[in-house]
Amino acid sequence: MQYFFNWDVVWRATDKLAYGLVLGLGMATFALVVGSVIGLASALVLTSPKLKALHRPVRWYVEIIRNSPLLVLVFFVYFGLPQAGIRGLDNIGSFVLTLTLYAGAYMTEVFRGGLASIPARYIESGMAIGLSGRQCFFFVTLPVMFRIVLPSLTNNLISLFKDTALASAIAVPELTHTARWINVQTFQVVEAWTSVTVLYLVVSYLIAFVLRRVERRYAVIR
Amino acid sequence: MSTTAASANGHDGSLVLSARDIHKRFGDVEVLKGIDIDVAKGEVVALIGASGSGKTTFLRCVNMLEEYQAGTIRVGGEPIGYHEEGGRRLRLPEATVVRQRADIGMVFQSFNLFPHLTARANIMLGLTKVRGKSKAEAGAIADRWLERVGLSDRKDHYPYQLSGGQQQRVAIARAVSMDPRLVLFDEVTSALDPELVGEVLTVMQDLAKSGMTMLVVSHEMLFVSSIATRVVFMDGGRIAEQGPPSEILKNPKSERLRSFLGRFHGVLR
Amino acid sequence: MMTLFQPGHFFYEVWIARGVLLSGLAITVASAASIIAIGLSVGILGGLCLTYAARPIRWVMRAYVDVVRGTPVLVLIFFVFYGTAIIGIDVSPFVAGVLAIGGFCVAHTAETVRGALESIPQAQSDAAKAIGLGFWGRLVHALGPQAVRRALPPWINTAVEMVKGTTLLSLIGVVDLLLAAQQAVSRSFMAMEFYGACLVVYVVICLGISQLGALVERRLAYIRY
Repeated sequence: MQYFFNWDVVWRATDKLAYGLVLGLGMATFALVVGSVIGLASALVLTSPKLKALHRPVRWYVEIIRNSPLLVLVFFVYFGLPQAGIRGLDNIGSFVLTLTLYAGAYMTEVFRGGLASIPARYIESGMAIGLSGRQCFFFVTLPVMFRIVLPSLTNNLISLFKDTALASAIAVPELTHTARWINVQTFQVVEAWTSVTVLYLVVSYLIAFVLRRVERRYAVIR
Repeated sequence: MSTTAASANGHDGSLVLSARDIHKRFGDVEVLKGIDIDVAKGEVVALIGASGSGKTTFLRCVNMLEEYQAGTIRVGGEPIGYHEEGGRRLRLPEATVVRQRADIGMVFQSFNLFPHLTARANIMLGLTKVRGKSKAEAGAIADRWLERVGLSDRKDHYPYQLSGGQQQRVAIARAVSMDPRLVLFDEVTSALDPELVGEVLTVMQDLAKSGMTMLVVSHEMLFVSSIATRVVFMDGGRIAEQGPPSEILKNPKSERLRSFLGRFHGVLR
Repeated sequence: MMTLFQPGHFFYEVWIARGVLLSGLAITVASAASIIAIGLSVGILGGLCLTYAARPIRWVMRAYVDVVRGTPVLVLIFFVFYGTAIIGIDVSPFVAGVLAIGGFCVAHTAETVRGALESIPQAQSDAAKAIGLGFWGRLVHALGPQAVRRALPPWINTAVEMVKGTTLLSLIGVVDLLLAAQQAVSRSFMAMEFYGACLVVYVVICLGISQLGALVERRLAYIRY
């Protein structure tokens, strides 16, 4: 079969691709930020002896989500929730909700690891200069932990960005959906998929490049 | 190259090791600046010198764990690692280097036992996979050596279950069980707690007495003076002085050796 | 009791769809097994290339690993699925999808193997050389077992990700467990129940793999320094 390259189809879809890129990045960032809040809260619950009653449900949440395929979760939320009477979420809202809950479970592990790896000497020196337990938590534990988990945050943002490709399964017009649209409209298969592959790669490496510099600024000596 | 040809080149057939004008560079830094050394069968030669003087590097060249840029090392008359062809110096095929290494035992500072194998299996590995011995035969050899180094009751222990001294004794057994022409000892007691040094030195003493040819890098001056047939003092990538221990350690000729030995003052006699 | 198996009840709908659900599950298991087999066999070779091969080969492998790991699996699947069609190679969606996810698994496995091999102290390789072992001897008898110990935990993660990844096959029309469930949903309108049941099955499979991995890890715990 003869195949003729025609990169025009990509240039003509620039606006759609740009929109898809921004949408994907936006969904990933939202999921990372809100997922981090969920993850931090869950990690604190898991490390608190006082909240022992909540340990089991939180652990179930983390284990179930981490062992579930994201696509099944997406369908469960998008098609299942309306059936249960929870309406009012369009496909984007539904996907963002799913991705956020998904990110929350992974971030729980990240923050739990971060809390566990804070050297005791930091907290001891906090106590030694007379900080209360609460002050120690806010002025020593939290800032140190955030610096420790920063590289994981970068990696998770990149992963979540790649995960937004699954939104195309419920017709969210992000990058992969756009590529498929170009593919189906023009049959310029190679152009369509090469262009989005390059976009995913370039954006992932850009995120890594920028955030690695931030990480270096806030690096802690352990 | 055969031994006869080696003799024709002026190498005595009874020489186990003969190194001529060995030069070794790491990038721009020349760490060996022409080493000449001969070791006859049954000799125990101790290499001493400050850190950075090139002792360990030379030892590793003998076993081709390091490449060297000029000179020839012969073990049993056979050139190690390189050969000349039409005036060009070429690296020997990997298979040849591998075979040559099997005849040269080496014991390391950090023991380097294989963590996934028991003491006995560590010794058996080379015997079965390199020497092609049967499991039963290799096991018998391993048991004999474990007994000789005093670890018969530890043969099924994994390295992490052994003390440093015990690990090093297994490592020595692993090296000598291959029946090598020459055994290289690279600061084998440096990583040990002081109270464990003795048990390792005792094993080495026993080997020396049995006529094993040994090239030993060591900082244990008392030990060196008691077992070495010859002491070689290295300084700045060269051999500065050599001779019998009584002469080298007690009447050093050069200022460098005197100041080096000064640090061990009181340990000697 | 009888009402459970009346039309309109979930169990009834499952019973009606049992054929397609079971064959879907079989497809899911078969695809996951094929992907992991491809990933292991080619990935280990790839990892050896990344660690030991001559520079040009290493660079090619590096580029492959970085590009594939940086691209969403779904994009890889569509690329292979539509790409093979356009160059006239007639492969089934199953084969195209398994090749795409398998290629992804290869990249991850190769990287894991490289990391494991490079984390073994150089001294171990020296010791293996010193007793006269050649390259393959060193690899099989000295470095390999230690690398397995180090690579296992991250690799189990990869295996779990691959099982989860098989759900993407449904998007190119492979009737795996998820698409089978979807078909059942379109007839019964029981999205909650069918997708929920689907989740349970995947969670059980993935937890099973993790448990199996933890078991093997405990068996290898004697490899310590």
